[in-house]
Amino acid sequence: MPMPMLWEELVTSALLGTDRRPPANGSGGTGGPLAVLDAAALHTVRRRAGLLPASAAERPERAPADPRPPLPAAARHRLVQLLTDRSAPSGGSGRRGTAPDLTELLPQWLAAANQHGFRAPAVVLPALLDAARARTDLRAHVLGFAGPRGLWLARMNPEWKFALRGAPGSPPPSVATDPEAVRCLWEEGLFAERVALLGSVRRREPAAALTLLSTTWSTERAEDRLMFLDSLRTGLSGADEAFLEQALADRSRNVRATAAELLSALPRSALAVRMAARATTCVNPDRTGEAASIAVEAPHECDASMQRDGVVPVPPSGRGERSWWLGQLVEATPLTTWRERFAGRSAQEIVALPVADGWTEELHAAWCRAAVRQRDPEWARALLGPPSTPPANGPGTASLAERSKLLATLPSEERALWVADFIAAHGLSEAFQLLGVCVVPWAEPLGRSVVDALDIARDAGSYPWSFSGVMGLAERCLNPAEADRLEVLTTTPDEPEGASPGAGGYWSEAFQRLVSTLRLRSAMDRELTPGAP
Amino acid sequence: MLLSHGGEPSRTDGPVARWTVEQVRALAPDEASRKAGNKLGSAGPWSEVGHGAAGAVWGLCKGSGSKPYRTVIDTSGPAYKCSCPSRKFPCKHALGLLLLWASDSTDASAADLPGQAPDWAREWLDARRKRAAEQTAGEGAPASGPADPEAARRRAERRAARITGGAQELEQRLTDLLRGGLAAADQTGYGLWEETAARMVDAQAPGLASRVREMGAIPASGPGWPVRLLEECALLHLLNTAWLGIGGLPDALAATVRTRVGLTATADGAPVRDHWLVLAQYDTPDGKIVTRRIWLHGRESGRTALLLSFGAAGRSPGLALPVGVTIEAELTPYPGAGQPRAELGRQFDPPATRGTPPVGGPTTAALAAYGHALRDDPWLDSWPVTLRGVIPTPSEDGWQLADEDGSSALPLTPSALSGPGLWKLVALSGGGPVTVFGECGHRGFDPLAAWTTSTDDDSDSDGHPVPLI
Repeated sequence: MPMPMLWEELVTSALLGTDRRPPANGSGGTGGPLAVLDAAALHTVRRRAGLLPASAAERPERAPADPRPPLPAAARHRLVQLLTDRSAPSGGSGRRGTAPDLTELLPQWLAAANQHGFRAPAVVLPALLDAARARTDLRAHVLGFAGPRGLWLARMNPEWKFALRGAPGSPPPSVATDPEAVRCLWEEGLFAERVALLGSVRRREPAAALTLLSTTWSTERAEDRLMFLDSLRTGLSGADEAFLEQALADRSRNVRATAAELLSALPRSALAVRMAARATTCVNPDRTGEAASIAVEAPHECDASMQRDGVVPVPPSGRGERSWWLGQLVEATPLTTWRERFAGRSAQEIVALPVADGWTEELHAAWCRAAVRQRDPEWARALLGPPSTPPANGPGTASLAERSKLLATLPSEERALWVADFIAAHGLSEAFQLLGVCVVPWAEPLGRSVVDALDIARDAGSYPWSFSGVMGLAERCLNPAEADRLEVLTTTPDEPEGASPGAGGYWSEAFQRLVSTLRLRSAMDRELTPGAP
Repeated sequence: MLLSHGGEPSRTDGPVARWTVEQVRALAPDEASRKAGNKLGSAGPWSEVGHGAAGAVWGLCKGSGSKPYRTVIDTSGPAYKCSCPSRKFPCKHALGLLLLWASDSTDASAADLPGQAPDWAREWLDARRKRAAEQTAGEGAPASGPADPEAARRRAERRAARITGGAQELEQRLTDLLRGGLAAADQTGYGLWEETAARMVDAQAPGLASRVREMGAIPASGPGWPVRLLEECALLHLLNTAWLGIGGLPDALAATVRTRVGLTATADGAPVRDHWLVLAQYDTPDGKIVTRRIWLHGRESGRTALLLSFGAAGRSPGLALPVGVTIEAELTPYPGAGQPRAELGRQFDPPATRGTPPVGGPTTAALAAYGHALRDDPWLDSWPVTLRGVIPTPSEDGWQLADEDGSSALPLTPSALSGPGLWKLVALSGGGPVTVFGECGHRGFDPLAAWTTSTDDDSDSDGHPVPLI
């Protein structure tokens, strides 16, 4: 059958109406609506039946190969399960019930998978990237796990552009081992790529990172210099001193301050010696009284040389100038200085000395910062005092944040023991921050101490959600092997006299969730360990 | 009954291979159930969980009440039973139990022994098997037709007459519309189409009604809408004309027209026994009814078949097959030339968990297959095809699947571009060729499942199709 009407003609007629715009048919006459419909039907079916493929656009570059081994099947299933729940609200109603909170386990799973060096399954990459887009705490883990294909994929979708900015601690894949590629990326890369690169080089070979940084240092922008300088924290040593000393003369105040801070963490540096000289004019054994004590004479001015060494002259509002300067001097002074200054006394003995004129708090706080900066466990131990002493009465500082930093300088077993004893003495209400710096999974005495404290809280008849923070932490940090021992706590006890109504049931629920979370974590570990049963 | 199998005890010679987590997840009737099931997919709330040789899985799930829910699944069906009040199918307990079963790394091998199911589970399992056996025995008995064939014939005639009336009225409306111009359709909006659709429902022609209703959305569908509206008007006109002249059509085409108009047919073709791989399962809401489509591919016959099931008023459709599983079964085709729809008949062996993808071809072959299918059914929007060795490629207006060797490509449909499946597909390919099953039509290609093709692949998907919907 011939095609008497052109398609464009038909569309125009149909749009305007055949009354106004009758379509011309092949033989010179005009057609009505039925003729238009007939012809359009023929056209439509003909067009559809004769469809041809489009021409292909430029093909995407292939994703770089990822040599890591694939996940074991069971671990892959677990990952899919963890990702399915990722949008569930954590907190609020999500903290109730006996089922584990899967969103909280995802970071742990990812960290473990990265530790074992597995490659992410390709089809799961979109869900992983979506999860990391919503949760910044997942980004570093996800990007490491997603690997080169994940980055390749992220480039295709604007919603995942966060991945291209790089994540702290994620070394750029494939580049890190090739010196030529390192040089090239350092000179041409985006800022985030360069920060990540510097960080990864520094972790592997501290001197090489310094060399790399020196090549372009004078041309970098001030805020970039600050970030680059910050990556020298990793693997800091005397070899960095010359460079840092030079940075003390930097145009940017923030760069100068950071350089000074880094130098003061090197007890043998010239800066540390200068600071020690200043501090020892202020803090001295008090020879006036009978018993040994400490006399403090805060600095009277903050001169140019002090400022050059990173001392900030203007205190924050509400603080006196002189005590502000004193704090900075003591903080930057090598702690070994004081042993010499106080007749060979140990850190513990020095901390125990009375301080004249109410300077105790100021001086101890500065020592705490120094102990953290210089990672000095002996001083940290002394400043923390015995765990059984209430924080308000002990030496050092009552601030839990400062204390957790001090704790972090202790060896992990000692840290766990200290926190365990602290909880045994003071209960859980102040332990949260301290628990946060303990190594996961918790050492046995620490775990026992936490569980005992929870059990005591239950017997006291309070509600479990008063302890939901610690409970959540316990779910993530207790050693999974404890699950069986905890099973006994999941029963609903008789309500003791004076207990909050229904608390027993809620506790049983909370412990059930704890046990099932631990079981789940142990299953997760098993699935990620090749060759495990 | 759709879900049945023989039930000869001889088949139960070993434990049934487990489904994968992905397969279980693909069974979920909706996202909410998937999440709820996921929560129940760890040991926490479960007790007395076990699985038997013939593919039975059971367990007690602690709910908010004092009595735990009793959940039992016959994975060889699959069929589900749960004492919970949920109207979802399968319910979250069944999904959770299946997930537990699928991902349990500590094999409770003691529970593998047959006959260990608790009484409440065994009762149901036995009843199912007995029913299936009776059905098998009852085959060959004369089908019980309508009680009064004469009355049935009169009813059918009356309905045909009403449809004819509807078709004539619709023709009148179409000519009026064309006479006044489609531009006016933009202004009249939904009302005109809704009212016309309601008239078609009255005329007992649901097929016409749904086509009319879909046309109502076209004027708001963006640039080029007059062309699309004219196309749909023309095809509707073609359907009306075909119905009005149905007596003169060949039998097969007449059957197609009857189906398109909305007359329900019964599957009466010759059953095809084959090993059918479940390629895809997805639901589309259509008014108050949810339509579930399950695509199957026969290993020996090479046929691709479509199982439809429907769920009304908040209920999930009654059929759920795990994607990637192969079932040996008889499918009975529906009448009509080139119709892929079939009905699931007897199932033979317990489902196998492995299957090979359809062979597939290049993009040109896919479009040719669609064009070919239009000869039998000009109203087809798309046709099931498998593309082999195609690379997802970003293009100016979206994504396309480009042949590995050549310059041809199929654009993806707009709905495929907005779904999460696109990114799974892109991730899976990594810029390399993949095998993709989907629906290919005049709107483009809608990917439903994918397989990696390279042999050095990491077996990420274990050879299972990756569901893209």
